[in-house]
Amino acid sequence: MIAAFALLLAFQLAGETLRVALHLPVPGPVLGMALLMVYLIARRGPDEHLRTTAGGLLQNLSLLFVPAGTGVMLHASRLADEAWPIAIALVASTILGLAATGLTLHYLTRKRANGGTR
Amino acid sequence: MNTESMTEIWVYLSAQPLLWLTLTLAVYMLAILLHRKAGGHPAVNPVLISVAVLVSLLLATGTPYQRYFDGAQFVHFLLGPTTVALAVPLHGQLKRLMEMSGPLLIALVVGSLVAGLSAYGIGALLGASTPTMVSLAPKSVTTPIAMGVAERLGGLASLTAVFVILTGIFGAIFADGILRRMGVKDDPSIGFALGLACHGIGTARAFQISEQTGAFAALAMGLNGLFTALTLPWLLPMVAGLFKP
Repeated sequence: MIAAFALLLAFQLAGETLRVALHLPVPGPVLGMALLMVYLIARRGPDEHLRTTAGGLLQNLSLLFVPAGTGVMLHASRLADEAWPIAIALVASTILGLAATGLTLHYLTRKRANGGTR
Repeated sequence: MNTESMTEIWVYLSAQPLLWLTLTLAVYMLAILLHRKAGGHPAVNPVLISVAVLVSLLLATGTPYQRYFDGAQFVHFLLGPTTVALAVPLHGQLKRLMEMSGPLLIALVVGSLVAGLSAYGIGALLGASTPTMVSLAPKSVTTPIAMGVAERLGGLASLTAVFVILTGIFGAIFADGILRRMGVKDDPSIGFALGLACHGIGTARAFQISEQTGAFAALAMGLNGLFTALTLPWLLPMVAGLFKP
């Protein structure tokens, strides 16, 4: 478990290093994810320890957003002042984003699954 | 035990990282319990419940957020290695992802532009202030990217973080219901939409649906982060011109 966790941290560190060295606009952990992906392709998949550790962390992914989410309290006054424009813009654009993505992918892949009806 | 010594103990403990770290975990476990009791219903969202309970506790005890975060940062730190760990389920779906790469890229471009620019446009039409509109635009992407993009465009990074979280919670609760009502019922499409529009919190929700849904969400989150970071900083000023008289 320690070895697998160290591996994850090492890839995060590599991602962070890459970001700073090349002035990339993407966060270190996202680059680390891409690097680990390359490693897994080269190794033909994760070993049992990495699979277990990654599974354990991902099972509790929701927990990791709680500390940042609690920061909502810092912006109570702006949220109250502009409550309606913020709520409507946030909800409507999220629904539009979900619909645009989901319908596009669903439509494109369904057509293919049916053998390309054109 | 008299009230005076109770107060003393509280004053000591509330200044220690241990108290708020423990409470973060305890409140989250309670939220998970409720989530299970409700049969995994998405409306009983663990992030939402935990945040609501913790904010109430902090306000009731007059604890500043910074002191809370001194303890909670140990949990927050795990976001980094866990983001890296998303490569494992992604690798598990690699074959499927490669087969679908064309449609996935088209859905990425369409979804990313709609999610980002509509947030800005709707905010503008409703008369939101400029910092609010700019902070809304990157709300669908993962927090560190969203904060960086907002800052470059003249938004408020910490306000963006709040919009990102609110977007994620909204999506985690309503997204699969909305998509199913539109006839989008396959795991890859639901997952990809959740990850694209609602980043990590949407991805967490996607993993509750199935491993495959989660893997597509993780991919969408990474791709949309990258795409938004590269395109929004020059697209948004062009769109902003349309809304100026």
